[in-house]
Amino acid sequence: MSAVAAARSIDGRGVDSRGPDAHGDADALAGAPWPDALMAAALFAIDPRGIGGVRLRAPAGALRDAWFGYLGQFLGAATPVLRVPCHVDEARLLGGLDLAATLRAGRPVAEQGLLALGDQGVLALQMAERLRPGSAALIASVLDEGQLRVERDGFSLRTSARIAVVACDEGLEADEQPAAGLMDRLGLWLDLGPIHWRDAALGVDFAPDAGAPLPALGISAADLAAARARLGAVVVPPALCEALCATCVALGIDSLRIPLLALRVTRAAAALDGAPQAGPEHAAIAARLVIAPRARTLPAPAADPEAAPEQAPDEVPDPPPENASAPPDAEPEPAPDDDRDDADDAAGALAEAVLEAARAVLPADLLENLSSGIALRAAGAGAMAGRTGVKLRSKRRGRPVGTRRGELRDGARLHVLETLRTAAPWQAIRGRPPRMHRAGAGAGAGNAPADGAVAARRIQVRREDFRIVRYSQRLQTTVIFVVDASGSAALNRLAEAKGAVELFLADCYVRRDQVALIAFRGRSAELVLSPTRSLARARRCLAAVPGGGGTPVAAGLRSAASVADAVRRRGDVPLLVLLTDGKANVALDGSGGRERAGSDALAMARVLRATRIRALLVDFSQRAQPDAERLAGEIGARYLPLPRADATLLAEAVRRARLETA
Amino acid sequence: MTATPQSVPLPAPFPFSAIVGQDEMKLALLAASVDPSIGGVLVIGDRGTGKSTGVRALAALLPRIEAVVGCPYRCAPERVAGLCGACQSKSGSAIKAPKSALSAVEVVDLPLGATEDRVAGALDLERALSEGVKAFEPGLLARANRGFLYIDEVNLLEDHLVDLLLDVAASGENIVEREGISVRHPARFVLVGSGNPEEGELRPQLLDRFGLAVEVRTPTEIAARVDIVRRRDQFDRDPAAFRQQWEAAEAQLRQRIVDARQRLAQVITPDAALYRASELCVKLGTDGLRGELTLIRAARATAALDGDAQVEDRHLQRIARIALRHRLRRDPLDDSGSGSRIDRVLAETFGS
Repeated sequence: MSAVAAARSIDGRGVDSRGPDAHGDADALAGAPWPDALMAAALFAIDPRGIGGVRLRAPAGALRDAWFGYLGQFLGAATPVLRVPCHVDEARLLGGLDLAATLRAGRPVAEQGLLALGDQGVLALQMAERLRPGSAALIASVLDEGQLRVERDGFSLRTSARIAVVACDEGLEADEQPAAGLMDRLGLWLDLGPIHWRDAALGVDFAPDAGAPLPALGISAADLAAARARLGAVVVPPALCEALCATCVALGIDSLRIPLLALRVTRAAAALDGAPQAGPEHAAIAARLVIAPRARTLPAPAADPEAAPEQAPDEVPDPPPENASAPPDAEPEPAPDDDRDDADDAAGALAEAVLEAARAVLPADLLENLSSGIALRAAGAGAMAGRTGVKLRSKRRGRPVGTRRGELRDGARLHVLETLRTAAPWQAIRGRPPRMHRAGAGAGAGNAPADGAVAARRIQVRREDFRIVRYSQRLQTTVIFVVDASGSAALNRLAEAKGAVELFLADCYVRRDQVALIAFRGRSAELVLSPTRSLARARRCLAAVPGGGGTPVAAGLRSAASVADAVRRRGDVPLLVLLTDGKANVALDGSGGRERAGSDALAMARVLRATRIRALLVDFSQRAQPDAERLAGEIGARYLPLPRADATLLAEAVRRARLETA
Repeated sequence: MTATPQSVPLPAPFPFSAIVGQDEMKLALLAASVDPSIGGVLVIGDRGTGKSTGVRALAALLPRIEAVVGCPYRCAPERVAGLCGACQSKSGSAIKAPKSALSAVEVVDLPLGATEDRVAGALDLERALSEGVKAFEPGLLARANRGFLYIDEVNLLEDHLVDLLLDVAASGENIVEREGISVRHPARFVLVGSGNPEEGELRPQLLDRFGLAVEVRTPTEIAARVDIVRRRDQFDRDPAAFRQQWEAAEAQLRQRIVDARQRLAQVITPDAALYRASELCVKLGTDGLRGELTLIRAARATAALDGDAQVEDRHLQRIARIALRHRLRRDPLDDSGSGSRIDRVLAETFGS
């Protein structure tokens, strides 16, 4: 009884006002996820460290700012929100040597990084999808440990960094995904995309006043403080925990962090509700905000045939009729061992209810996405692995090749000895006049008494003495395979081409090249795999490429050009390997017709040529085709007729082409 | 923000004995701590499978070691050969062993973003700047001597650091020649790496350097998953109480390691076991002899852990997957194969 009443009370406050019957005038709000988003902010504010963070999918704009406004108010002054730009580098995140202060003090002085500054606060990562994998992994490890370990620039530090994270995800394309490892640790996933600002404005003040309670939620800062105080005492019955785990399994979520995070959200929801014990309605909130957005597989159809996705989630806490023997009131009791069957039933019903809550908010296009599940998944992770190549790297990576004069910026490394050596001859001139010591005395007040003695021996290093280490790095090659998967190619030997690509992948593995895969067939070309070093995935994607349909050569070339451009912009060297018979029969706009298709293909080929990308065209038709040879000529690619090619030969050819690139 | 931040103590790790399932990982870590010459453990697995939890838990479990007082490399007092330069010169003159004391085994965490100077050790910047003295400041490799070096997200490690680690792990000695400093010191450690293969391949050279490789998966049974979630939640809410609850189990496991270390030298490796190991490796076509050597060492450590007097088939069977998985002449594209191949050969060889 209490649990149901509690659920209603949440509903009454508009927490769960998606259902038309939640309260009479809520029709306008039905289906609007804005209250959910605010609910998430409130729950997060109750237990930021436990919940880990929020992945906020939203474009920059008033709506997002409003959400942050509420979050800031919910969190209170004790938990500041610190904005972190996406281009932040490791040095800034971790901190390191503060050179100016070091030189002034005459002893190494550490500079605190953003992660240490964010201690007890919330980091708001801007454009999290652009965050470098290294930085993302760093933040993830700090989230795990609540501490920051720094081993750099001569410092060995372990500082407290109890942070939580809001990752603003503005990615539009499938390959623009924030680092999966970091997202795994953020409990709440929100998508503000579908919310119109007018819906959000409904009864909500855009510029929240610090003192007033929020009209949409009816939650005040005092409520949240009370919830925080209650949090530790909230009991989550084992059956609920089981239900959350079962829901994760049913939705194909492997990571065990997710049920754990869902458990914490459940607890926070109960604390907000003032309930001493969490009930199914709280678990339903967790299922909606934590579990459902990560679903990978559709759950098996429910026992209840009417359980359509449109079903209002506020019906969820009510047990389905056939499970009436296990009313929600009874469930929260810890399952006694001698009553195992009943407990199982109850847990089953609970799991069903929680799953139902998750199912209710599953996006409609999930099935569609799942049918191309491999591609989706691969694209996400692939983008991450592929994005490691950053231009900055050349300043910090590779083999050191001497030193040069320079500024200590952008992660450049000071060559200490060279610097001191440069400074040495000037010491006699610099050392004497007393004004030289002024800075040192000012910075190190503690050193003041010994200053005279130390200063006499202190080495005077000036900015012009700085010598930074130069590094050189071998350029990274990204091999872009453009595979013709059309009907004619399938007839000839798509399988053989796949075999050749596989052989070459093995070669890339040794050389640590990146690979990307574009397949064109039917009406368009598709980037099956964005540049990645994970060859296992490359192989999976390759195997999954279907054959058949028309031959849109022009579309394939266009796609290749854009990928190659992206690779190049990253500072890597693209190498194009086209596998086709050159018989274009689909034009750029998707219409049929051999003539138009042919001229489009040649036009695109010339565009490609203008980019001066090294390319290799492998003609795998039965007999060498003039079409393909002409195409190769226009692209400026090496033409390789392989009427009787075996895969080994093909791989050998690619290897040779690569050598020429180097 | 120029104030040098204060260092805070290490957070208490999750108790090793409270880890649900993950038997392969636990066995590999225990075997490596019984016999460090097995040569490192690689833990591969998806997100949220408890890779780091397992490795960090080991730190609190390991029994303490005898080390020379004040030595930055924690030299063992009884082993003159492995002593660093400083300890050698001390013990060279005196007949009696240098003063020593019990100290905890370090599981040194190599954090992401660590720079080479902190890993290998470098010029002491403070003394260079303030006194103009060229002094060596030992790095993480010095601290890891006789302990463990743990690299989380090993596949995100920068290449030049990987090269450095491989070199040192192979030679057991860290040679620093930089910034005018010329130092060599012992650096024998068990390399433990963890990573997620989805996030990038490991270089083959690095893969081969690990003695044992475990694949970690999330358990599929709901009961086990619920158990994990519940324990983790309990731990996070009150780490001290949770550790207290598991203290007895931890102590027992610690004693098992101590016993196994003592027993290790006495464990007999019969010829039959050696033949079995070779047979396995030949059938699997592993490159070189490192596979056989590791397999035998790991089987011996397993026997010692089990309290058995000699290496039996069952020890080989238990450890073969872990010791050989990453040594098969690998088709880098075949991501499913190695485990099942080993199982097949195991079934053939042992007729089980």
